[in-house]
Amino acid sequence: MKLLPYGEKAILVEFEDLDSTVSAFIGMERNKPAGVIELVPAARTILVRVDLAKIGLRAAAEWISQVESEPSSSEPRSYETKSPEPLLVRVRYDGQDLASVAKLLGMSVESLIKWHTSTPWICVFTGFAPGFGYLAGGNKNVPRLETSRQSVPTGAVGLAGEFCGIYPRSSPGGWQLIGSTGLELWNLDRVPPALITPGVSVRFEAVSK
Amino acid sequence: MKALRVINPGPQSLIEDRGRYGFTSLGVGRSGAMDRAAFALANRLVGNPKGAAVIEILLGGAEFEAQSDLWIAVTGAWGVLQAANRPAEPNCAIRLESGDRLSIPFAEHGIRYYLAVRGGIEIPETLGSRSTDTLADLGPQPLRVADELSIGLSSIDPIPVVDVMPVRLPPQDAIELEIRPGPRRGWFGPESWSRLFSTNWIVSPRSDRRGIRLEGAALSRVKQEELLSEGAIPGAIQVSPDGVPTILGVDHPVTGGYPVIAVVTDDTVDRLAQARPGQQLRLVLATGR
Repeated sequence: MKLLPYGEKAILVEFEDLDSTVSAFIGMERNKPAGVIELVPAARTILVRVDLAKIGLRAAAEWISQVESEPSSSEPRSYETKSPEPLLVRVRYDGQDLASVAKLLGMSVESLIKWHTSTPWICVFTGFAPGFGYLAGGNKNVPRLETSRQSVPTGAVGLAGEFCGIYPRSSPGGWQLIGSTGLELWNLDRVPPALITPGVSVRFEAVSK
Repeated sequence: MKALRVINPGPQSLIEDRGRYGFTSLGVGRSGAMDRAAFALANRLVGNPKGAAVIEILLGGAEFEAQSDLWIAVTGAWGVLQAANRPAEPNCAIRLESGDRLSIPFAEHGIRYYLAVRGGIEIPETLGSRSTDTLADLGPQPLRVADELSIGLSSIDPIPVVDVMPVRLPPQDAIELEIRPGPRRGWFGPESWSRLFSTNWIVSPRSDRRGIRLEGAALSRVKQEELLSEGAIPGAIQVSPDGVPTILGVDHPVTGGYPVIAVVTDDTVDRLAQARPGQQLRLVLATGR
């Protein structure tokens, strides 16, 4: 774990890998002291934002190191899931990049779909756009497109790095698209508006239309 | 019901308040008024609660009409207002009678005006705020011609008795921002770090509430590996692969994939709200603490 400076009101904590980031995040969320306003988790980092009226950066740094030193790695993949049942996402595997991604990973299209539908995915953090969750668990690495697309349609299912993600609405994007879903991922009339938030587990199912 | 009618919103008029807090887990950032001091002053001058929604007017050239007797105040950018066809001062409470028009000229200083109406702009909240987030496309739509805005009636303070507030106008010469090292300072060489301070930066016209792009020099990386997205805050100076620094604004993405070389201090970051395209901008190292 490394503590990196982030101005006068935040510290960026960097970890070795995704697993230690996620377990540190769970530990930190559980014991947040007054003055730590927000934790913004990402793939290898957690941004810790503080209210200086309540806690100094040095005290915050001390708290961060203590949280880490707690023995939290007894179950290495101890993601907390919010619901016992995973969210089922029906996907038409018709993405523009499906064939090239399969080739890139040295698999057939069929085995790529099998891998994608049999993987237990879990949302580890959000960002990029409201309702866009980064789903981990696939253990494959897919490079981003060299050039981002101007417009990716709503419901597109993509891969980038070690993650899978679903575009909650149309936007520019550089993820490799393997399919699409009609599931409404973001709706302000719902509480919470996002279907996929950190801790939610997701299963994909192939459908023909 | 008290109301204000939009005659002309100018290039961009948005409803903003303090913004959204605690929704980064949904991928939603702070947003809200970009110049927090001008926002707070506008509300104070008309006796509004601290977080009341106001109109953030970009550049000026906007006009409004009172549909009832109203108290208003304009802060932030500076220009000579016209209220009921008479010149009026920014930074003080102005009485408009029903049918009076308020016109806001193109700014001579700064670029973002804040128009507060006594009672606050009354519209439904989205995730606890009435702010428009231009990146997340949340909150009210930008104002359009003939929009009618309801004004709230919540209990408020009396109008403070002040003639004119002694407000420092946004500078016309160089804007100065204080910065501190960011998490990825080490990804850049020492000459890039010193270039931050020695360059006469120019505010790019391609700047908005999401980020202020700086022109003037390229910052080159010594570490070339791809950065995985990480959390961001307003004021973070991220450097894109072409070496161009962008200072993130209030509508920034919650996580970003470009390395952050430095972070603008909370005390000076609001000055960005008043940075005009083409204006000079200097970065200095923050001292103390």
